[in-house]
Amino acid sequence: MTTLTMAGALNAALRDALTEDEKVVVFGEDVGTLGGVFRVTDGLMRDFGDDRCFDTPLAESGIVGFAIGMAMSGYKPVVEMQFDAFAYPAFEQIVSHVAKLRNRTRGSLTAPMVIRIPFAGGIGGVEHHCDSSEAYYAHTPGLKVVAPSTVADAYSLMREAIADPDPVIFLEPKRLYFSKDDIELTKNEPIGTAVVRRPGTDVTVLAYGPTVSVALQAAEFAAEDGRSVEVVDLRLLSPFDDATVAASVRKTGRCVVVQEAQSFAGVGAEIAARVQERCFHHLHAPVLRVGGLDIPYPAPKLEHFHLPSADRVLDAIERLQWNDTPDLSTAVSV
Amino acid sequence: MTTVETNAAASYQRFMPADHPVQYLAPDGTDVESAARYARTSDDRLLEMYRSMVHGRRFDQQATALTKQGRLAVYPSARGQEACQIAAALCLGPQDWMFPTYRDSMALAARGVNQVELLGMLAGYWHCGYDPKQYHVAPQCTPLATQLLHATGFAYAEAKQGRDTVALAFCGDGATSEGDFHEALNFAAVFRAPVIFLVQNNGFAISVPLARQSAAPSLAHKGVGYGIGSEQVDGNDPIAMMSVMDEAVNYVRAERGPVIVEAHTYRMDAHTNADDATRYRKADEVEGWLARDPLSRLDAYLGGAGLLTDELRTEITVSADADAAELRAGMNVEQSVDPEDLFRFVYSTPTPALLDQREQIAAEIAAGELS
Ligand SMILES: Cc1ncc(C[n+]2csc(CCOP(=O)(O)OP(=O)(O)O)c2C)c(N)n1
Repeated sequence: MTTLTMAGALNAALRDALTEDEKVVVFGEDVGTLGGVFRVTDGLMRDFGDDRCFDTPLAESGIVGFAIGMAMSGYKPVVEMQFDAFAYPAFEQIVSHVAKLRNRTRGSLTAPMVIRIPFAGGIGGVEHHCDSSEAYYAHTPGLKVVAPSTVADAYSLMREAIADPDPVIFLEPKRLYFSKDDIELTKNEPIGTAVVRRPGTDVTVLAYGPTVSVALQAAEFAAEDGRSVEVVDLRLLSPFDDATVAASVRKTGRCVVVQEAQSFAGVGAEIAARVQERCFHHLHAPVLRVGGLDIPYPAPKLEHFHLPSADRVLDAIERLQWNDTPDLSTAVSV
Repeated sequence: MTTVETNAAASYQRFMPADHPVQYLAPDGTDVESAARYARTSDDRLLEMYRSMVHGRRFDQQATALTKQGRLAVYPSARGQEACQIAAALCLGPQDWMFPTYRDSMALAARGVNQVELLGMLAGYWHCGYDPKQYHVAPQCTPLATQLLHATGFAYAEAKQGRDTVALAFCGDGATSEGDFHEALNFAAVFRAPVIFLVQNNGFAISVPLARQSAAPSLAHKGVGYGIGSEQVDGNDPIAMMSVMDEAVNYVRAERGPVIVEAHTYRMDAHTNADDATRYRKADEVEGWLARDPLSRLDAYLGGAGLLTDELRTEITVSADADAAELRAGMNVEQSVDPEDLFRFVYSTPTPALLDQREQIAAEIAAGELS
């Protein structure tokens, strides 16, 4: 057991991967001497040399495009995008090339790499530092999209992401970077499964990344009202673990999806549709979504209006038609 | 100009763009006295170049004809750019890699990529069409300038592993306006990546002339600001193209650093068979460039030097025709497609959702709804 922050766990994962596989290289903006603005790459350049961990020119498309070439030549790049909204210059390289190289070349060339993106808000950041961009990536075939919510998962998922033969978008919830836990540094199974964080029988709340703790808090409150809430941490958004999710919802018969991202056309919409397709006859109420407002990420003094809170999740749970007479007029998402 | 203190400064200054494109042959095929900035390529290689250019042009013509028969969805012709493309192909060693665009098919054919495979993308069978590893040719890239970064990262990674690989990346004049062009030059310079950026300046990006892309003295000059050796060359002069490209390869291999070569050339046909070039350029401009045709220029030179006899000319034409006939025949055979391919190459192993969709397609096929 070691006590680590999430940033520390990610650092340990990178360290272990760099030690085990000489083809792993870490690069990006300020990842070398500084150790990254969130210190995730702290000390890696010092300990592994600037051949294995290095700073690049300040150019996101350049970083990802360069990583593609390195991957084609046999390396396993782990690159850092400094903040979510600063990954957009690299979007073309990610969707047109990283995601498609295997497909275009029938597997002759592939671009396995990990693109680390500090994401989402709740840290009082100024504009362009708090976007939830997961839907863009999850919508892109060929990419895997991962978001840890615990310190242990941050370590394990990062190890799995680096070992994975496919490119992985690794979304690191900024507000959890300095959350602490006692963990074993172990790898789990390959990327692919959601996990039940809190078992329950009355309603399933699906969450990922920064909203898992919100869901757990709502589950605590709901327990006081006598409702047993099961919280499932999705861990990965693509590929989606339909099996774990459907098993939970079939058991509870009710489902709320929580995401911090703006709601419209978000990942939550996809999840709600999948749950309805698979669990329709088990559902006592429509699947509800609790998401951010459909606005550009607000200024720090306003972000508490935007972010899904435990209260909002509780509200949604209460609107899940607990009486026998269904009232569809309440089936509106926040 | 003051000398900037960088580790690259000393060597890249050997390669600074001349005021005028390097030229060895006048349009009529006679020697230009003042040339000789670079070691002139041998007559043997010029004959090889001639042979390859004749084949390249015949291939291009055949591919254009295939669009008229509906065999190809579209074809971007490179007629007029034979000297650029063939020099690019011939200057590389087998271990080197090309990072081409959609317009570089002649270079790929000269590299030895199977002609039918090469047109697999345009015929609609498979996005890449050929196995990149077999030929050391990356997939032809459609999003402009993106491949320049792949070439840079690849070249850097190969050098890092102690391999003696040169990456040769192609782009057009229009693509030099894209951000990735600049990011690639900068990365290549900073990381000393052994990559050659060959800009085929054919005057137009679809309909937009060079003057709307750049106000720089030349596109080669763009290397200067990045600390990259650069040169401009008459892209319709086969001797100049070959000499400069040979020198570029030698330099890049020896110095482990990048170079940018701008080849001044002209796209004699429209952007693709679907484009109407008369809307944006005048007939006399095209006529002027026809008079600078790279193939007839080399023909005139080799003929004048007594190296190219009528007999040899005929032999080469016959062999190019035979290649074209083979291509025609190959393209006339309808290749089978495998619906499994839809799902096989998205991830290393298909996801559960893809497996479901695979079953759905299989069921539709079984029910006779799809074939
Ligand atoms: C990023 C991007 N934008 C637009 C296009 C559409 N497009 C295809 S070719 C072309 C012109 C390219 O001109 P140039 O780079 O000079 O190359 P050329 O076609 O002349 O060889 C354009 C605009 C594209 N392929 N990629």
